Amino acid sequence: MSEKLTPRFRPSDHEIRSVDTMCVNESELSHPWWYNFKYSVVGILFGIVLVKAEIVSWYRIQEMFRFQSFHMYGIIGTAVIIGMISVALVKRLRIKTIYGEPVTFQSKSFSRGQIYGGLLFGFGWALTGACPGPIFAQVGTGGLVILITFMSALAGTWVYGYFREKLPH
Amino acid sequence: MELLSKPWPWWVAGTIIGLLVPTLLILGNKHFGVSSNLRHICAACFPANISFFRYDWKKEIWNFFFIGGILAGGIIAASFLHAGDPVQVHPELVNDLAAYGVGQPQGLLPTDLFSFDSILTLRGFIMIVIGGFLVGFGTRYAGGCTSGHSIMGLSNLQWPSLIATIAFMAGGFAMTHLMLPFILSL
Repeated sequence: MSEKLTPRFRPSDHEIRSVDTMCVNESELSHPWWYNFKYSVVGILFGIVLVKAEIVSWYRIQEMFRFQSFHMYGIIGTAVIIGMISVALVKRLRIKTIYGEPVTFQSKSFSRGQIYGGLLFGFGWALTGACPGPIFAQVGTGGLVILITFMSALAGTWVYGYFREKLPH
Repeated sequence: MELLSKPWPWWVAGTIIGLLVPTLLILGNKHFGVSSNLRHICAACFPANISFFRYDWKKEIWNFFFIGGILAGGIIAASFLHAGDPVQVHPELVNDLAAYGVGQPQGLLPTDLFSFDSILTLRGFIMIVIGGFLVGFGTRYAGGCTSGHSIMGLSNLQWPSLIATIAFMAGGFAMTHLMLPFILSL
């Protein structure tokens, strides 16, 4: 990641983009657009897993919140452990990307939004049985009504952006 | 083929999802996360001069390829991997839902709750439209979702992500046990 010096009065693109998000990434390399298809392959794998392990199922999410099944806890727990080990290895071994760029990480600072927003998302998660990732996979399985959920989520994000300055953070 | 067509166990799914984290990092220093896509779509389609949406979304184009893949993965799983079969649901949940007129599972989602007809009912409207709105509003307010915070953030040992994850779960428990019984009875 490059930390560019920018005049105080005009936030850089990266500064605006870094607001309220976990996942910022910058690459200095520019590739033809079709290089991005490798991310589609990763997405396809993710989508198949979301459906085949029934993570997209409203029932599975309800079972989780009712302690009626270990399934979702097992999935998230395993994913976090594997993810932690992977990130630790990438950091320790200074693993680079396939293009030889260093892999970078950003620290996240605390904001009260993580509590307020987190609770609101939790409400929505239990209602719809969908996180943002599974929404797309649900649409793919033919749940066309989920397009409405998706558009509502888009509206929710937009309204958040509109009122962002007025909300406690 | 038998293995592919049955529902996958938690440890298979957890392992694959966990490995997506280093895969994206090594492919191009990308951090696993999905909810930002909703913001990028807003930035691309209707920024409306809101500063939160005024950034160069074209830099984030890999995200659109990624979610396009998730969509395609859903189609592939449903078309070729027998994913439309009814979910084996805990009998207590089936009983609880039956009390609210929600029938036996037919697929991944309860069709009595999630259908174009049910949107016109108050119950369906709250669950589909308000629920979706809360997902979009809440994830951005929290700065990430289950992928960005709970998986990527926790993998990177970020304590704010732990707080967010606890809030996600607390919100889900509160909705399921305090509010959902009322909403389902509407």
